[in-house]
Amino acid sequence: MENTLLDIKNLKVWYRTYKGYAKVVDGINLFVNKGEKVGLVGESGCGKTTTMKTVLRVLDSKVATVPEGEILFKNRDILKMKYNELQQVRKQSISMISQEPTAALNPVFTVGSQIMDIIRYSEQYKDYSKSEMLSLAVKTIKDVLIPDPERILNSYPHQLSGGMKQRICIAMALVTPRELLIADEPGTALDVTVQDQIHKLLKALVEEKKMSLIMITHSLGVARELSDRIYVMYAGNIVEVAQTKELFKNPLHPYTLGLMECVPRLYGGGISEGIYGYIPDYINPPAGCRFYPRCPSAMEICEKEKPPTVSVSEDHKVACFKYH
Amino acid sequence: MLKYIIKRLFQGIFVVIGISILIFIISRVVPGDPARMALGPRAPQFAVDELRKEMNLDKPLPVQYYYWFKGVIKGDFGKSLNTKRPVITDVKEFLPATLELALLSGFLFIIFATIIGLLSAQYRDTWVDGLTRILSYVGIAIPSFVVAVLLLLIFGYLWPVIPTLGRLSSNITPPPTITGLITVDSLITGNFAAFFDALKHLILPAIALAIGPLFQEARILRSALIDNINKEYISVVTGYGLPKGVIMRKHLLKPSFIPVVSVMGLDFASLMGNAFLVESIFNWPGLSRYGINAMLNKDLNAISAVIIIYGVIFLIVNIIVDLIIAWLDPRIRLGGE
Repeated sequence: MENTLLDIKNLKVWYRTYKGYAKVVDGINLFVNKGEKVGLVGESGCGKTTTMKTVLRVLDSKVATVPEGEILFKNRDILKMKYNELQQVRKQSISMISQEPTAALNPVFTVGSQIMDIIRYSEQYKDYSKSEMLSLAVKTIKDVLIPDPERILNSYPHQLSGGMKQRICIAMALVTPRELLIADEPGTALDVTVQDQIHKLLKALVEEKKMSLIMITHSLGVARELSDRIYVMYAGNIVEVAQTKELFKNPLHPYTLGLMECVPRLYGGGISEGIYGYIPDYINPPAGCRFYPRCPSAMEICEKEKPPTVSVSEDHKVACFKYH
Repeated sequence: MLKYIIKRLFQGIFVVIGISILIFIISRVVPGDPARMALGPRAPQFAVDELRKEMNLDKPLPVQYYYWFKGVIKGDFGKSLNTKRPVITDVKEFLPATLELALLSGFLFIIFATIIGLLSAQYRDTWVDGLTRILSYVGIAIPSFVVAVLLLLIFGYLWPVIPTLGRLSSNITPPPTITGLITVDSLITGNFAAFFDALKHLILPAIALAIGPLFQEARILRSALIDNINKEYISVVTGYGLPKGVIMRKHLLKPSFIPVVSVMGLDFASLMGNAFLVESIFNWPGLSRYGINAMLNKDLNAISAVIIIYGVIFLIVNIIVDLIIAWLDPRIRLGGE
């Protein structure tokens, strides 16, 4: 497809541990079209961040291996790229916002110095003077709705609040033009009011710059607000994918249904039942469906065989034997 | 920042007073009469009494301390019973030699600890790392005076290419004393022959003193680098496509250097102590060797002077280290604001 920007095909990512390989990402398929906003939803530890860090190849290669799969960015496989080609993608095409703004900023450099480094090494402003780069940084800081940008640029991360730091991280991701933004739970470390501001800001900026967005989140509510299409991920598998409207109208996979149950509602009814149990052991995962041990509608076949992905309608796919 | 410096200097004054009281008391409670030792066993008693009076030894201890400390502030440490000269004259002669040695040694371990630390972190778990690991264990385990003896054996006896004794060869005209550091003085006066000769004399004792601290710091730097390499902020700048070298030398080195600088300060101070033996081995006319002779001869004034001077040096080094750390780490520098 010409319109596809990023196409992840059957990607597997394993972590080396003393007990053996932890098979965290287990053959996922995911694509993002140009200008599309995609949500990737799943609980903590299901491999969302691992998948996205693999896209930029920033995982420690001594610990993480990719035994199988392709990550096609504009039809070129990122996993097979030479160092220089990969650097080009990192500098000019894809940026990623980390979920922990405090950890994502280097404590011993000013915010300004860190933003300036990104501008300088992106190689898109080679003929810019230092003051022109600085005014670009100031402009970007203003874009993320920070008053008094000059003062902020001269501040160190520990002098800023969490929400401020997350805005800085967004500014870093947007300071040079890029085609794809990966936002890894950008609101998680913040309180709800700030979270909401950050999400709105992110949506506005991405739409303004006509970028593609992959929004990683553990909340279906956030994904609903920010994305055109949603992937639901469980324990290293994509269990369901659909257009946002379709998914909320007609959720199919038992895990998706469970996630929707989990959303706390303001009109009471107490805490929902949620999904019983935990994410499986990645070193010895269940032979069949990875959701089988927690699934309320598990069948005999689920224990032994992996459910194939079936298309329910054109854009709606689900990996479950119930719909086989 | 200025407030921070003034505060540290003010604290330093109290430390110096503390050291002076301690060393004064220790030097007075050790058995033996300094006046008797100065004059020898066969001197008549009246002469000894006379000298005791002259040295204020007949007064109560606090009064003795008052006289003594008043002199110390003016740079008057009294007379050395050993060399029969004012202690301050001896100090002026011997301190520059030790400082020159310590400074070169410090320079060596700062430069090479950084290089080795960076290399072994960058090539972690390869043969480079393995080699520096083995060298480190050896380097840290062997005391500096053993290294000194080995160097002396190799370069003084087996392969005599570098002069091993003293500060300058006898056929070289020494430069006029300006700072007392021969290398610096010869550079100021443009006497390059003396500069290179002095450097050749300096290098072996400096290496002997530097080797232990060097490998210790290299290991600390390596583990700090490896610790920080897994931090999120490094993965973030990697994701933005910054060149590996820039990440290593800028984003990684600065935060990793903080623990190393503290250790470097301590190492520099203990280097003055280690110099006692190394100076003796290389016949280096420094203050540490002077201090050892003073101790063996119970030369109280000289001992007090050496200890107070080392105390002050230790203090200055520590203040410098604190300033460097404050410069490296904004969380410390701006913490109070």
